[in-house]
Order: sequence, then C-alpha cells, then structure tokens
Amino acid sequence: MSESSTQTPAASSSEASALAQALTSKMNRARAIKNKITSVSMAVGGISVIIAIVLIFFYLAYVVFPLFLAPEMERTTQYPTPAVTEGKTLHLAIEEQNSIAVRFTDQAKAIFFNVNNGQVEESVDVDLPQNSNITSFTTSRLAKGFIAFGLSDGKMVFAQHKYRTTYFDDIKKVVPSLAFPLGETPLVLDPNEHALTHVGLMHDEEKATFVAYTDDNRLLLNQLIFDDELTGDAEDVTYESTQIEIPNIQYVNYLLIDNSQSLLYVAHNNNEVSLIDISDLDDVQVLERKRVVADDAAISEFTFLTGEISLLVGDNKGRISQWFPVQKETGLTLSRIRDFDSQHTTITDIVTEQRRKGFAAIDDKGQLAFYHSTAHRTLLHDVVSNAPLNILAVSPRANTFITEDNQQQMQLWHIENEHPEMSWGVLWDQIWYESYPEPSYTWQSSSASNDFEPKFSLMPLAFGTLKAAFYAMLFAMPLAIMGAIYTAYFMSAKMRGYVKPTIEIMEALPTVILGFLAGLWLAPVIESHLPGFFSMLLILPAGVLLFAFLWQKLPEHVRHKIPDGWQAALLIPVLLITGWIAMSLSLPMEHFFFGGDMKIWLSENLGMDYDQRNSLVVGIAMGVAVIPTIFSITEDAIFSVPKNLTFGSLALGATPWQTLIYVVILTASPGIFSAVMIGMGRAVGETMIVLMATGNTPVMDFSIFQGMRTLAANVAVEMPESEVDSTHYRILFLAALVLFVFTFVFNTLAEIIRHRLRKKYSSL
Amino acid sequence: MIKKWFKSGDPWIWLNAAAVSASLIIVLGLLALIAVKGLSHFWPKSVMQAQYVQATATNSNPESLRIIGEVHNQEEVTLEALHGMGVHLELDALTATRILLKTGNRDISGADFKWMLQPYLKDEQYPENIVVLERREWGNFYGFLKSVKSDNKTVASEDTAWQELETQLERAELIYKQIREIEKDDIGSINYGMEQIRLGKRRLELEKEDTPERIQKLDLERKQLEKEYAVLEQDLKKLYKKFNRDSIIAETMSGQQIEIPLSKIVRAYRPNSLNIFQKIILYFEKLWEFVADEPREANTEGGIFPAIFGTVMMVLLMSVLVTPFGVIAAVYLREYAKQGAFTRTIRIAVNNLAGVPSIVYGVFGLGFFVYFLGGNLDQLFYPEALPSPTFGTPGILWSSLTLAILTVPVVIVATEEGLSRIPRSIREGSLALGATKAETLWRTILPMATPSMMTGMILAIARAAGEVAPLMLVGVVKLAPSLPLDTNAPFFHLERKFMHLGFHIYDVGFQSPNVEAARPLVYATALLLIAVIVLLNLSAIYIRNRLREQYRSLES
Repeated sequence: MSESSTQTPAASSSEASALAQALTSKMNRARAIKNKITSVSMAVGGISVIIAIVLIFFYLAYVVFPLFLAPEMERTTQYPTPAVTEGKTLHLAIEEQNSIAVRFTDQAKAIFFNVNNGQVEESVDVDLPQNSNITSFTTSRLAKGFIAFGLSDGKMVFAQHKYRTTYFDDIKKVVPSLAFPLGETPLVLDPNEHALTHVGLMHDEEKATFVAYTDDNRLLLNQLIFDDELTGDAEDVTYESTQIEIPNIQYVNYLLIDNSQSLLYVAHNNNEVSLIDISDLDDVQVLERKRVVADDAAISEFTFLTGEISLLVGDNKGRISQWFPVQKETGLTLSRIRDFDSQHTTITDIVTEQRRKGFAAIDDKGQLAFYHSTAHRTLLHDVVSNAPLNILAVSPRANTFITEDNQQQMQLWHIENEHPEMSWGVLWDQIWYESYPEPSYTWQSSSASNDFEPKFSLMPLAFGTLKAAFYAMLFAMPLAIMGAIYTAYFMSAKMRGYVKPTIEIMEALPTVILGFLAGLWLAPVIESHLPGFFSMLLILPAGVLLFAFLWQKLPEHVRHKIPDGWQAALLIPVLLITGWIAMSLSLPMEHFFFGGDMKIWLSENLGMDYDQRNSLVVGIAMGVAVIPTIFSITEDAIFSVPKNLTFGSLALGATPWQTLIYVVILTASPGIFSAVMIGMGRAVGETMIVLMATGNTPVMDFSIFQGMRTLAANVAVEMPESEVDSTHYRILFLAALVLFVFTFVFNTLAEIIRHRLRKKYSSL
Repeated sequence: MIKKWFKSGDPWIWLNAAAVSASLIIVLGLLALIAVKGLSHFWPKSVMQAQYVQATATNSNPESLRIIGEVHNQEEVTLEALHGMGVHLELDALTATRILLKTGNRDISGADFKWMLQPYLKDEQYPENIVVLERREWGNFYGFLKSVKSDNKTVASEDTAWQELETQLERAELIYKQIREIEKDDIGSINYGMEQIRLGKRRLELEKEDTPERIQKLDLERKQLEKEYAVLEQDLKKLYKKFNRDSIIAETMSGQQIEIPLSKIVRAYRPNSLNIFQKIILYFEKLWEFVADEPREANTEGGIFPAIFGTVMMVLLMSVLVTPFGVIAAVYLREYAKQGAFTRTIRIAVNNLAGVPSIVYGVFGLGFFVYFLGGNLDQLFYPEALPSPTFGTPGILWSSLTLAILTVPVVIVATEEGLSRIPRSIREGSLALGATKAETLWRTILPMATPSMMTGMILAIARAAGEVAPLMLVGVVKLAPSLPLDTNAPFFHLERKFMHLGFHIYDVGFQSPNVEAARPLVYATALLLIAVIVLLNLSAIYIRNRLREQYRSLES
C-alpha cells in the first residue's frame, strides 16, 4: 500500500480535494480492515500454535486416563434357563462373538442357546455307552472348550465345544458344534468298570493326561502321548497310552492337572491339597500335602487361573486365595500368594477370564465379584440376584457374562472392564508373579501367548533412568562446572571466544552419533583397557598438578611467553600425554595386578559381572551429551556476576581463588544449580544413547559394570509393537507422561531460579 | 613450599583449566575420530598376503596356511587373556599383537573377518596381482584372477585376463544401468498404475457407482498397462541374457578356484599395483558412490542416497510447516498479546518445552497424528485401501509434523529474541508517521526480524536433522522401497515411509547382522550428518552475530 494519503498535493480546486478525501477515507478504511485482519489472524494463529503445544500434555493424559477408570457392569436381559427340563447345568460357556452360549447338563446334553434371548439353537446329545450314566464332570482350558464326563462304568467322554462363523446371504451366523478330539469312543479309565466320582484332565498338542477317582477309592491316571503333533481336527489320532494307579490317595474332592502335565493337584475333603509330581509315571511322588483354607473354613471351589499354573481356592467364608508351587530348598512347595476377601459367604463358582489373569466369582447370597490376580484388586462387587447363584460363564473377551441361580433364571450382563491389570501396586510395588520364587520388580510386557502374565513394574525402568542419569551427572558435573568456572573467570577473552562456541556446538551433536560411538567404539576400548581407564582418574589430575608445579618453577621469561588465562591450552598436550601413558600402562597393570584379565578378576574377587555395554559407557556418553548444557548455563551465571563484587573482594586482599570460592560461586550458585537441573532433565529423557550403549535389560542393579533400561529407551523399543489402546500401550503413554511432567517441572524450576538470579544481579 | 602453593589456590585453578582442556579434547577428539574413521573407509587399502603358521609346543611341524586380506584393525592382548581363550603362546613380551584381517569371501569361508596373532604371521608380502572385487552380494572378494570366460569359453587368461576383465566390466555396468532403469522406473510406475486402478475400482464399488462402463474403462487401462509390462519383460529378459554372458575364474587364498559371474561384480581393482593418483581417483569414485548410490546388502555396503534424500525432504517439509507457525506465535506473543503474568507463563512454558525429551513427542505423534488423525483420514478419504492403512501408519508427513511440534519452541524463542532486540524507537517512529500496526509489522518489524527468523529456522533444522528417537515411532524404516518423491502423479507421496541418516546409523550399527563390515560405513554416515548439522549451526551463529551488530549500530 502506498503512502499516497500523506502526499496528496495541495489541490487548488475543492473538487480535487474532495476526491482525494474520498479516496483517502476509502484507503484508510481498507488499511483499517487490513490492520484488523492482521491482528485477528495473528491472535488466532498465535493462540492456536500455543494450544497445539499444550495439547501434547492433554493428549498424553487423555490416553493414560482410561487406565484409572473403574469397571462398570449392567444387566442386559434375563430369561429362564433354556431347556430346563433337559437336566441340571454342569457348565456354562459363551463363545467369542457373544452370540451363542452352551449349557452342559447332567443328562449328557449340550444345549446351545442364543445369548440374547435364551432361545435354544441346537441341542446335542452326547452318546453314552449303554447302561451308564454321568457321575462326574470337569472342564479344562476354557479357551479351548474342553469338557469331560465321568461315567458310572469307569469310562470317560472327552469333548470340545467349537464355533464356526459363516455367512448366509451376507448375514453373519455362528454355527456351534461338539467335537471329540480323541474320537467318539469313550476312553476306558477304569478297566474294573467302577464309577468315576471325580475326573480331571489336561490336553495339548503333544499329550493328554486324564485322572479319575473311583467309587472304590482308587486314583487312576491315563496319559496319552500323541505320535504326531496334533494339527486341526485330526479324527484318527494315534497315541501311546500309559495307565497307572496312584496309591494311597483318598477322600478326593477335586482333581486338577497343570499346564505342563507334570503336577497333579488333589483337593481332599478334609480341606487339604496334595501336590503330586506326575512328570515321571514310573515314579509318581506326593511332594506335599497341606491345608489351604482357614481352620474354620471349607473348600467350596477349586480351579485354575488362566495358564493353568495358579490354583484358585474358594471357601465357604467367601475368601478366595491364589496358590502356586514355588521352588524352595526343600523342593516344590505350594505357596499362598494372595487372598481376596470380599464376599464373606460360600463361593459357589469361580470362572477365569481366558486372556487375562482376572477371574469372577459368585456366591450363595447372589453376589458377584470380579477380581484381578496380579493387580490384587477386587474390581467390582455387587449383589446381582436375590437367589443364590449356581453357575457363571464369562465370555472369551470378558465383556459379557451369564449367571444362573438356583431358581433356574439366567441373567445376561455386560461389563466394561478394559484395564483390570492396572493398580498402583502393579506399577511401583514388588509383585509375586506366577512361577517366580519370590515377589519382585519386573518389567516384561509381552509374549506371544494369551496365558502370559504381563509384568508392568515401572520400578526397574525408573531405577534404570535414574541410574543412567546419576552416572552421566557424575561424569559431566565436575568437568562442566569446573570448566565453566575457569572459562568464565580465569580464561583470557580471546581464548574464551574460541572455547565457548566449540563446547556449545557439541550440544547440537546428534545423540545417535554419541550413542553409536559409545556402543561400537568406546565400549570395546574400555573393555580392553579397563585398568588404564580407572587409573586415568588418578594419573590425569596428578599429571596436571605436576605440570603446574613444574611450570611455576620455570624462569619467569619463559612463563611470560604464554599470557595469563591460556593455561587450558597448555594443558591439552599434558592431558593427551598422561592419558596416553595411562592407556599404555593398561595391559601391564592388567598383567601384574589382575592376573591378565581384569574382567575375570572382577567377577572372581568382587563378584561383579561385566557387561560390555554398561553404566560406565552410558555415563560417559550421556555425560558428553549434557556437558555443553551444564557448561553453557553455568558459564553464563558466573560470567554475569557483577564485576564490582569481585573487584571489591580483590581490593580487600583476597586472592583470585578466594574471591572465586567465597564471592563468585556463592553468588552464582543458584545458576549453577539450575544448570545441573536442566542437565539432569536432559539426561533423564535421553533415548538414543541409552538405547545404543546398554544392553537394555531391565535389571535393578546399581553396579557400574551392568547395563540398564530407561523409561525413554523402553518407550522407543516397545511402542511400535504395542497394540493400540491396550494396557501396555497406555502404560507406555504413562511413561511418556511421567517423563514429560518430570522434565517440564525440572526445567520450569530451573528457569524460575535463573529468573530470580538475573533480577538479583541487576539490582546489585 | 608445596603447602604454600596449595594454599594460594593455584593448583585448583590449574585443575579447573584441565577440565576445560578435557572438554575440548573430548569435543575435538570426537569430531576427529569420526572424520578419520569415516573418510579413511574409502581409501583403497593394500592387501597383504602372508603365511599363517600356528606353531605350538605339541606340534612341531604345523600346517602353513596362505592368507590374504586387508589389515582392518589391530590391538594388544595380554598372554594371560590369550591363555584363557585356549591359545598358548610363548613370547618374551607381556602382550601380543592381534590383527583383525578382512579376508572377505563370505560365500566361501562364512565370515568376512579373522583375528590373527601377529607372531604366527610369516612371510608378509603385497603381491601386485591381488584383485579386490566388490560384489553385489556376499561382500568383497580377495584373491587372484585366473581367467575370463565368455559364453563358457575362456577368452583370456593369466596376463591378459585383467585387461579383459576391465573392458567387460564396463560393458556389464552399462547393461546393469539399463536393467535398473527398466526395473525401477518403468516397471515401478506400471505397478503404481495398476495399484491405482485396483483402488479406483474398489472405490467405485464402495460408493456404489460401479457402473459397467466405468469398470470397463478401468479394465481397459489395466490391459494397456499389462501390455506395456509384457514388452518390458521381454526387454529385460534379453538384457539379462546379455548381462549374464561373462564370468571370471578366480583363486581364493586357500587355492580354491571359483567362478564369479561379472553381473555380480560392482568394481574390480588391484590395490597393490595402484599408484597414489589412481588411488585418489578410486577414493573419490567410492566417495561418490557412497553419496549418490543406493545401499546394497542390507545397507551395509553401497551408498546412502535414499537416506540423504529422506532426511532432506523430511526436514524441508518440517521447516515449511514450522516457520510460519513459529513466527506467528512469536509475533503474537511479543507484538499483540497483552504483556503480563499470562504471557510470561506461556513464554516460560514454551521455553521449557524445548527441554522435554524428544521421545515424548514421538509418542504424541504416534498416538495423535498416526493413529487418531491418520486413522480418521483413512476412514474419510481412503476407504478403498482399508484395511491396509494409507495415512493411518507412520509416514513422512507425520514425521515432519511431529518434528515441527518438537522444534516450534526453537523458532518461537529465536524470533521473539529478534523482535525484542528491535528498538522501540523504530516501532514508534513508524506509528508516528501514521502507519497502522499491521503496516508497521509488515514493513519494518518483520523485515528487520528476518535474520532472527532465519536463525530460528536453521536451528530448528539442525535439531530436526539429528533427531532419531521420535522418528522411530512415526515414520522411518531401514529400507524404503521407494522415495517419497517420484515421477508418478501426484509426485509427492506424503504417506510413504522414508529412510533417515540418523536412523541409518542406529540400524546399521546395531541391528545389522554384519556389524564389523558395516562399521566404517556408519562412521562415514555419521560424518556426513555431523558435517550438515555443524554447518547449519555455524551459519545460525554467524547470522545471529551479524544481527546483533546491526542492532547495536541502530541503538547507538
């Protein structure tokens, strides 16, 4: 826009002037509009950029938030038990799509019904041998749908309920069926044809094990080892069968076999449990027999947690306890891991979730509770029915469940329970994980199998983060702060002009390069020159002092050739030479003091194992990354200490060193502190160096010769593989949020301190 | 006396000075280390031939093995440590020298490198006729050239073989270029076209507009492409036949004779017979290959062109995004917003965001940009490609956006600093002459602040070019099949994944199966990255300093 309005020639005619005025006002209006547009768009643009930045925090929090939501459930519908005349329900199950459920009855029927309205879709008769009836029932591996009936003639029917999804005219339909993995002919467990009062089984691709207890008090075991690994529905399975009788086990109430088919758990009617080793059928051993409920309580439910490692024992006082065998010096011992005590009345059924370590329990007062074992949480606890509840089924995705009460009424519930495995304790406390000898802090987030118990302890990661930062600061702080003191206070202005930018350019060095050098160059060098490296800590300062002392002894005319404030330049060759001496002494030292190999010496004499990529390497590499940050801020703080303070001190007769210690550093100490905080913040969040210079094992070990895994590196490693919106995904977001808040708070504090310091200086 | 000296505080000053020296040694040493290791990689090293005689006390007449290779590295080991490895060496010294020899021939011996004990090496020489063959697979070959074959007939042997190899290699190289052109460009764009037709069809189906005419039209186009493809395939077949005509017979260090087709050879030279000028020429040839060629053998050999291209494109895209927004935010904060506690808080917050770990931005980028924005974009605009995601997966656009958010504080801080340095008198002068605020801004303030914006942008680019951690989540891959910019419309493919120098260093250095062989290449890549970043930073510092002087003269 031109400035024509101010240059309007003084028109002689009023007409021209009026025209000019009109023009001017028009232009002014245009200018005003432009002005308005600019300010509005600047405000909108500026504010939206700022909002976009703030959004980071809120988005991270938004993703993390669902972790802490309490689960909710609501009743969808209820209906009378379908085909109620066909027998009493032994077992109830829902399939993957939540459209069909199945009810197995004591009249050998499998009644498949519509989950949503209770209409029978299909009723399948299980063929029993003539003149036999059902005397016992068991289930195994809910996700596979294995069930078995024990019969009055010593036989057993082993079946599996399966579902297939098909499309009829583009409409999805789930077709149920009953399959017989070992063929339809019942298995003979007792050749003497006594009734089986209790049965138990475990079945996988390699072998199957069946146990039964007969009405004449014998415990029988039958193991089948398949000739070929089972694939799909091979109907003509061939196997090798071993049949044994386990003596001296009586008064049996429940039978369970663990996932490896090497342990048999027998619950007796005096409320004790026997732990029996069946890994060698020629030498079956009772490892232990112990009471598993309180003195005044009785076992009312006995089942496995998903994975078939942990036992869940429910009693008539409403307590559920988790047990698993732990290897101790005396051998395998069944150990009580944790208790859940919410229901206070007889537990009638416990059903485990199929993909998580959660379970649900019902009782005879119509209460229902959802629990999670690892998190040790009672997620939900409510009275859902006026009548005592008998049977419970939880869908594979654990979002739907059905209860049946003793009035033959079924209720269908929907439950919103996305993150049951989360609790404060899971993240920060020691947890006793399945198959671990004792409670521990462990991070192990994923595995291929559904039976896996995720271990989400942030402790080892937080520990690793602080450990890495600690060693980095240990290396960086002395170098950076001392260097900054010298640069700001003693160094000649000319040299300072070179030194400062050189060290500051290091801040721009990509950390991936530092990490690469640390991992591939420094780590092997340190490994092969360990004694030399440690001796440098002594030799370098000693060399410097010796040089300084000798320098001072030199005749003055030599000394004056080098102007004051150039000591640092003089020392570069000194350091290089002493460093070289230390390194070349390394091998002889290793020979004379450490028997030729310091790593072996360390592990034999001090019990310290040596990782090639360890904290020492990380400390140095990350130290190098934070030196420029600390150096630059400290140097600024010291350099800007008002000169009148130092002059005053010097004028009163203090030496430069005394002035430095008692005046300059004291005044600048808040600045130095904030430099350390900012450096610390950088070390905590650094990702690539840690990723490349350590082995990334999440261990809790403070040894300088061991690696670590930090929060940031963990996020970088696991985030790409994490399933969106899973608990793992949200916990990684939580880790990122923790890093964000931590560094943000640290930096803000440092900033405020520096701000105050600047004010103080300006007032001096 | 020493006591007095200590009391004076002098030793402490010296120790502080030593800290500066140590820091300087670290910085310069790092740069020098990378420069030396990175640049020496391309130098054609002499190839040694020696006899390896492993004499032991029990075996008085040991076998003598001929070995051929480049000395790659050497180190001292104590005899005790060797003893621990089961090697019993009797020497007068405490230590022995161990040499890492690059013997190549991975296809025959299984490994590229061998550790050799110096005391066992006898009769070292550098025969002129040792050849080094850089191959397209299996790494380098070291050995002797015996003869050259063409169509299974020996055309040259012994003395004339080298001459023949050189001429035939040139021919093979020409054919190779043609083949690459057809495979990469022509067939690549046909495949792209086919994919577009498939997606177009699916899109019509989804929109229920799949009228027979439209489908037919697409089918016709596809047929056309198929026809073109058939022609190209014929050409390729012919070329390959020509390409595979020649081969050579070569002898390895163990005396074994093997046949190597010329089509597998990238370059052949006899390092021991090269003079210094020839070596320099070869050096620059290899350097050029490194910068301009594509990687071979899982990135451990060849060039890094796609990584350079990816880095540059991502960074440019980022600066296009970050500069306007950063400048607008800075102008708003400094010129328009009411100065007070609120703006001060925002200023501190923006400042501190620069200190938030970059991986946090990566997590945000993955969650918000890739899964949330990208996922929704796919639902809206690319339903035909689902369930395979278009934008709902890491890619160059999301990487640039993530880094833009990461670096926007840098631009804001630098621009704000520039704005605050402009004297009030200039603003007031402009306003006093009747200019509106907007005019003052556009005509005087922004032009004056341009250098500071430049500084901000350059610093942002320097920071972005070196960031790797967030990119690992939002878009880099170890090997991208195609560049994000090519000749297929719409030319820019912002949804594609890309290669990146920093990630290349991480990936090749730590994830590659043959780290030892790849290491020099990583040093070279690191050198390139450092050079770019240091240059950018230096220019930013230069601009800033000039700027300060300008204002100083204004103020006085």
